[in-house]
Amino acid sequence: MQILQYLINGISIGSVYAIIALGYTMVYGIAKMLNFAHGDVIMVGAYISFCVTNYLGLPSFVSVLAAVAVCTVLGIVIEGLAYKPLRGTPSLAVLITAIGVSYFLQNAAQLIWSSSPKNFTSVVTMDPIVLMDGKLVITGEVLLTVAACIVVMVGLTLFTSKTRTGKAMRAVSEDRDAAQLMGINVNRTISTTFAIGSALAAVAGVLLCSTVPTLMPTTGSMPGIRAFTAAVFGGIGSIPGAMLGGILLGIIETFSKAYLSTQFSDAIVFSVLIIILLVKPAGLLGKQIQEKV
Amino acid sequence: MNEYSRKMLKVPTYNLLREQDKDKLPVLDVRNLGIDFGGLTAVDGFNITIGPTEISGLIGPNGAGKTTIFNLLTSVYQPTRGSILINGIDTKGMTTHKVNKLGIARTFQNIRLFTDMTALDNVKVGMHNEIKCPFISSLLHLPPYYKAEKKANEKAMELLDFMGLADVADKKAGSLPYGVQRRLEIVRALATNPSIILLDEPAAGMNPSETTELMHQIRRIRDTFHIAIFLIEHDMNLVMNVCEAIAVVNYGRIIAKGTPEEIRQNPAVIEAYLGREEGNA
Amino acid sequence: MKTMLKNKNTRTNLLTYLVVIVAFVVMQVLNSQGMLGSSMKGYLVPICVYISLAVSLNLLVGVCGELSLGHAGFMGIGAFSGIVIAALLKDTIANDALRLVCAMFGGGILAGFVGFVIGVPVLRLRGDYLAIVTLAFGEIMKNIVGNTYAGIDDTGFHMAVSTSKMKLEAGGKYIINGPLGATGVEKLASFTMGFLLVLFTLFVVLNLINSKEGRAIKAVRDNRIAAESVGINVTAFRMKAFVVSAFLAGMAGALFGLNYSSITATKFNFNTSINILVFVVLGGMGNILGSVISATLLYVLPEALRSLEDYRMILYAVVLIVVMLCTWSPKVKEVLSVVTDKASRIFKRKEAGTNE
Repeated sequence: MQILQYLINGISIGSVYAIIALGYTMVYGIAKMLNFAHGDVIMVGAYISFCVTNYLGLPSFVSVLAAVAVCTVLGIVIEGLAYKPLRGTPSLAVLITAIGVSYFLQNAAQLIWSSSPKNFTSVVTMDPIVLMDGKLVITGEVLLTVAACIVVMVGLTLFTSKTRTGKAMRAVSEDRDAAQLMGINVNRTISTTFAIGSALAAVAGVLLCSTVPTLMPTTGSMPGIRAFTAAVFGGIGSIPGAMLGGILLGIIETFSKAYLSTQFSDAIVFSVLIIILLVKPAGLLGKQIQEKV
Repeated sequence: MNEYSRKMLKVPTYNLLREQDKDKLPVLDVRNLGIDFGGLTAVDGFNITIGPTEISGLIGPNGAGKTTIFNLLTSVYQPTRGSILINGIDTKGMTTHKVNKLGIARTFQNIRLFTDMTALDNVKVGMHNEIKCPFISSLLHLPPYYKAEKKANEKAMELLDFMGLADVADKKAGSLPYGVQRRLEIVRALATNPSIILLDEPAAGMNPSETTELMHQIRRIRDTFHIAIFLIEHDMNLVMNVCEAIAVVNYGRIIAKGTPEEIRQNPAVIEAYLGREEGNA
Repeated sequence: MKTMLKNKNTRTNLLTYLVVIVAFVVMQVLNSQGMLGSSMKGYLVPICVYISLAVSLNLLVGVCGELSLGHAGFMGIGAFSGIVIAALLKDTIANDALRLVCAMFGGGILAGFVGFVIGVPVLRLRGDYLAIVTLAFGEIMKNIVGNTYAGIDDTGFHMAVSTSKMKLEAGGKYIINGPLGATGVEKLASFTMGFLLVLFTLFVVLNLINSKEGRAIKAVRDNRIAAESVGINVTAFRMKAFVVSAFLAGMAGALFGLNYSSITATKFNFNTSINILVFVVLGGMGNILGSVISATLLYVLPEALRSLEDYRMILYAVVLIVVMLCTWSPKVKEVLSVVTDKASRIFKRKEAGTNE
């Protein structure tokens, strides 16, 4: 039964990766940029939720809403100030700017909340479900995370296929110039994408810190990198790909820690990523684009 | 040549081989070549044989698959069917750079020069495999490096001079006029020491006097370097004047092959270019 | 020689060497006069190391156009293998400088070898995918190096990747102790050696750029399909650049490792890779002298801002963003040009007014 427990834990952490990876993938698909600051938006979301619960004493769902609201605005502001002026420049210039934003958020958080870790109180109050004489424990966090992941996935899929804005997003990601000629406001579409991605990051931040309760200014960076690899793993730009990549990454990570080696779990996870990319260079569900001669 | 391809050819190119190319290994021997993109057949049943010092042309309406054929010959695409022999060696599964080493060089319809580099450097990149200098000499600039560079410079200048480009050697390739860029691309292709060069619309964008000059230069290239030339061109004046054999493609298939005179009178060609005449006549 | 000087490339290269040599001489003079603070003295070797790292990464990112996010991994391999080599050769080679050179070349060769092994599969990928894979390799290397144990005892040299497998006899000494890193390292590094490393790095990279390989690399970046059509094996060139870059990073890493008495693998993480990349991008892609200058300034900047304490890194981040916006953004550039344009117009109007 041990294996089932690991599987559940893997899916749980994988769901968090998946939600973060969705943000990466949407932004990459539409703005064609690696938003390295995405991981730090997660951290900001977690801090906001922490403050609302601990300092204002409001219930946890309010704190989540506050985190989502703040991060959405933050996403739009970052995009407008730092990324929009660089549209059409080499991707490396945008990448470095994103790194600058990431440094900025981390150090701003350190100024505001100090670098000492905060103990995050879980937003879930439910008792864990104990099955098979305690051999299998499903915590409320696990249920919430997986549920959130499914809701986000279904919601995004419906959004991109049914709504006008969602369709505009798909059009922009396919061919920005053609979309513009068809009367789509590309700038607004990109801003919307950032807003959605950042809102998801806030959700992911709360879920992440509910599972792993230490909150620091650097909390977001490692899960950010993990989720980024998950997005590439699944095929960057693809929504189901990010989902699949995130969950698989979580499972691989948990299993390699449990059965292979704790110290080398990083090496194992990244090795799997490399092998996948070598076999399928565009990721699991990505599309291969051929260059025209 | 097998039975099948013999049937395909309206005018077998062997009949067209120049006197001096008879009984010699053809430089390019393409048999039953075809490629599908998804469900679309872009090229099918393409056959051609080109002798070592032959100038041949490939013509056809827009979208007929001419550039695709060039891309197949240079392994930019891998064919779905058929085989390509360059100097008798099958290029199946080879990469573009390997095929180039077998002796096939090309120019591009939408000029692909190294725009940030000087004309001279463009040619020297073309001579890459001709410059013999061990990697460690390159890294540490040992004497063999200087020797090889000097030789390369001289040879590159010679080639530029041959096409009348010596005075633009130090100019950035991207800053040169269109016609000059086209000629520079030819020089770069020649620099790889090929046995056949493929020219993709060499006269496109040139004015009539430049085109006339180009015609002389194409003949001069063949006569000086003793190589075969295979060109795609829409300028019929150039094709009819320069080429000794012409293949016509439409919808990815060869519809006629022959001497310029035969092509001029071939009803299939006239139809492909002008459409059916029944309504008018 | 005269014709050589006419060549713009040769002039830029000579200028690069000159700047480095003059900077070295100035620093040496200041040092001998006792005009350098102890903290500034401490920066000298790391500055040299980061210049070498930036120049070698520029070969990959700026010249070849391949984004690599794992440069610190090669640095780490160089650092730890350099430390081990220096410790092993302690009894064989008495001369410190010679031992350091051996350690640096050893570190470089190992890093270059790892670069080769990684390059075989990875260099088939391009663009962002190559970036993510190099990031992954950087993390893997950090992870493995951080769990390596190495030591010497009477029976010889031992190495393992877990504590349980690592058995040293009594009196044996650990050189690398897993996550605790290397401790008790003999500090062999010197500013002079750092200077020589920078010169060597410049020599190799500039020579490479100005050879047939360099031309091929530039051609590949400019137009890959055309480069292939003239017989250039694109993968082979990316490989050569990758290995040379890894080799130089390894050498720099060895010097870095031997500059501190203890060091852990966490130093060679993603953030370090990113910092080196920032040096390259701000210095100008493909601009070698730019890398030298930006590595120096950007290394010193956070240190110089130390008096601002908590605000220094946030300021660094702001500077980074503003510089990127000013150098790249078409809008910001437009605004700047409009401002200058208006200024000149006002000036002209005044001039016209006086004429009437």
